Amino acid sequence: MSEAAQRSQRVPLLGGFSLLVFGFLYLPIVVLILYSFNRDGVGGFPPKHFTLDWYRQLFGDGPIWDSVLNSLLVALGAVVLSLVLGLLAALALDRADFPGKTMFRRLVLLPLILPGIITGLSLLMFAVTLGFARSLTLVFFGHGTALISVATTELFAGLQKMDRTQEEASLDLGATPWQTFWHVTLPNLRLSLVAAGLLIFTLSLDEIAVTFFLIGSDNTLPLEIWARLRRGITPEINAISTLIFAVSVILILIWYRIRTCTIGKEAQELLERPQKG
Amino acid sequence: MYSRAYKTIVSVPPLFWVGLFLLLPYALMFAHSFWLVRDGMLVHEWNWQNYVKLAQSPLYLDVLFRTARIAASVMVLSVFLGYPLAYYMSFHAGIRKELLYQLVIVPLWVSYLVRGYAWKTILGSEGVLNGFLQYLHITKEPVSYFLYSPFSVILMLTHIYTPFVFLPLYASLEHIPRNLIEASHDLGAGPRTTFLRVILPLSLPGLLAGATFAFVLTLGDFLGPLLVGGPSSVMIANIVQNLFGTAYDWPLGAAISVCILALTISLLFLTERLEKRWSFR
Amino acid sequence: MLLEVRQVAKRFGARDVLKSISLEIASGEFLTLLGESGSGKTTLLRLIAGFESPTSGEIWMNGARLDTLPPYKRHVNTVFQHYALFPHLTVQDNVAYGLRVTGVPAMEIPARAEAALRMVKMREYAEARPARLSGGQQQRVALARALVNRPQLLLLDEPLSALDANLRKEMQGELKALQRELGITFLFVTHDQEEAMALSDRIALLRDGELEQVASPREIYARPATRYAAQFVGQTNLLEAEVREGIASCGSLNWPTTMQPGPAVFSLRPEAIRLGSQAGPTPYAVRFRARIHQQVFAGSTENLEVDCAGQVLRVRIPARGTLSGEQEFFFEPADAILVRR
Repeated sequence: MSEAAQRSQRVPLLGGFSLLVFGFLYLPIVVLILYSFNRDGVGGFPPKHFTLDWYRQLFGDGPIWDSVLNSLLVALGAVVLSLVLGLLAALALDRADFPGKTMFRRLVLLPLILPGIITGLSLLMFAVTLGFARSLTLVFFGHGTALISVATTELFAGLQKMDRTQEEASLDLGATPWQTFWHVTLPNLRLSLVAAGLLIFTLSLDEIAVTFFLIGSDNTLPLEIWARLRRGITPEINAISTLIFAVSVILILIWYRIRTCTIGKEAQELLERPQKG
Repeated sequence: MYSRAYKTIVSVPPLFWVGLFLLLPYALMFAHSFWLVRDGMLVHEWNWQNYVKLAQSPLYLDVLFRTARIAASVMVLSVFLGYPLAYYMSFHAGIRKELLYQLVIVPLWVSYLVRGYAWKTILGSEGVLNGFLQYLHITKEPVSYFLYSPFSVILMLTHIYTPFVFLPLYASLEHIPRNLIEASHDLGAGPRTTFLRVILPLSLPGLLAGATFAFVLTLGDFLGPLLVGGPSSVMIANIVQNLFGTAYDWPLGAAISVCILALTISLLFLTERLEKRWSFR
Repeated sequence: MLLEVRQVAKRFGARDVLKSISLEIASGEFLTLLGESGSGKTTLLRLIAGFESPTSGEIWMNGARLDTLPPYKRHVNTVFQHYALFPHLTVQDNVAYGLRVTGVPAMEIPARAEAALRMVKMREYAEARPARLSGGQQQRVALARALVNRPQLLLLDEPLSALDANLRKEMQGELKALQRELGITFLFVTHDQEEAMALSDRIALLRDGELEQVASPREIYARPATRYAAQFVGQTNLLEAEVREGIASCGSLNWPTTMQPGPAVFSLRPEAIRLGSQAGPTPYAVRFRARIHQQVFAGSTENLEVDCAGQVLRVRIPARGTLSGEQEFFFEPADAILVRR
């Protein structure tokens, strides 16, 4: 926006309000981190005695780390499952016409926009009717299925941005469709695949609603924390939460960098335009 | 360019999987809503009883309306917080825009459970807020209303869903060509008029999308009440959860789920229609 | 004098986009800012519109300071390069916008909007949305929208650059006629020198943030002040000559001149060089032989590139069939214009 207009609109009120909103968004996180170092526990004000005891306790806590492992396994599995099916679905949406195509697209999006409880319960009913017990495997299926649309959306966008004539050139030069897919299509989708994978990984790690109904005796991390909460609040939970926060921040920053990598060149051009003439 | 075989290979597996693991389960839930539980056993008799019970029982209707009220409150508050933020960032943040955007997304990705838990520790009788107020001698006794009340549920869910409102809204605002703002100024409209006549109307699609998100997701939320809610803030999804747990009545639970599903889908359908009308392309 | 630009400079970061521009625009004139990309012409326009502020210098309009006012308080309106029509308003509402937001009585608005649309021949499209219109149609609406407010000064930022050639010519004619009819001062920005010559009362040629020359089209063409002006507006041959005792020498060409001794650059237009067989050489005519290097047929003219003892000259003569080998040419010394820089 032109600087003259910006200057005339310097609105300190708006800036201040925005700051407050940011404060509101970060308040719980700040409190969480702060009190994870507090000797006297989770409440009260102000926090007085600094300690790393809670972290020490956390690191010696077996069940928590078992649940972390479970979460990671499920997340990795979900990434693979979602990406494979999502890639096929994106290709299908981009290149094939079949009856019920619009229905398919909407159906795939449903788990994302519907409250998780509905998807979770549906899958539970399905599993029980077929005679399957609740288990971690079931959770893996649930995540993988629910997150297909994340992969599809991201990969579809990547396909649309891709230069179609590259594939035509490949075929023209004698490559089979399979070779073309391997050597031309996939490399072009590299960034989309990584971005989608990261997103799915993060969403799976934090997934609670669907997991809640499908989980058996092996907990994922969120459910392990949930179980602890029922027993009472301890700053150990603050400690693990702080670690989760740190990991989330790193993952999201990586995801963001990758995302904006593809836009990089266009953004450069856009930045240079207003300077001319 | 793509052979029949190619197209078949790419469409069949996802179609098959989604049909099996999404369509079928949702259909199964739908079917369950027409069945019964008798003497603690699931009976596959087709009937409308569950829906009749829902329509006639004041208990369920009350909870549904309360849930809708909470969802509406969360939606309004999220917009109240999210719109000025998105507007400020899009039009006044300049170079810091990118950084601020990442800062807004970060809380969105931090575990829902973690943030809910954080509010629990803040709002409790021995929590941080009460401690803070007592420290400043603003209150002498802990205020119990902060936690386990509709207030805490609304507060927590607003905190969760404000970024959800922010994202599509910000995208919409960013899409407004800046030369429209200049044109408006050029023609004699000051900043306030320009906002009301140009920016606001053009931001409606994003606003609508975000607000719908917040409403629909709050409607089906069950964790919030479990974490920070009390008996007066039980929401419809909690009822469903109970019916699938200790209260064992899957068909009734399925019926309520179908109602939530129907409500959600019709809302989304409505907003999609509105968005198309308002996107001025 | 309607508008005075007083030593205005503009800096973006480390770049001096405008280096100290002083310009006066008379009421009712059609002035064109002509220049390449990066010359600063659009920046100057935006400073007058109010979307940027000068780093130094002042802008005055009608005896009052202009550059300290925000755009919505200036009696200046802009036709944007990409039209900037409001997509959520109909054509009629777009045009009426400026009237509504400045508090014109509601009863007057429909009539004035309609009149503006009629002026640009877009009345039948009043209820349409901008997205449905072609580029040319959108441009007319943008024009109507800017004019309806009866500004004292209308700024046009390369309004015709997105149109195809024929539509462009048509719109040029319409714009010129409109300006004469309304008597509003037009400040027009373009990089197309033919367009500038066709439309303007005066041209302000900008280069790298500085004014090269400000004069009427005929003046700039016949007497370019600088090498750049000579080459940018129309085509020319630049003769780097040495003046000694009233004779300028450049290669094998010599012609009389009143210039001081020393090096000097002269501009000689291709159409000023004629074939020896053509009529009309005066006794002062400078004759020379040259070998025809290249000949391009251009309908009514032949554009030749000739080699005169190692010096390449461009010549334009009326069409007369293919020529070959060496020919005799001449030009009048008066047509060799001294160029200052």
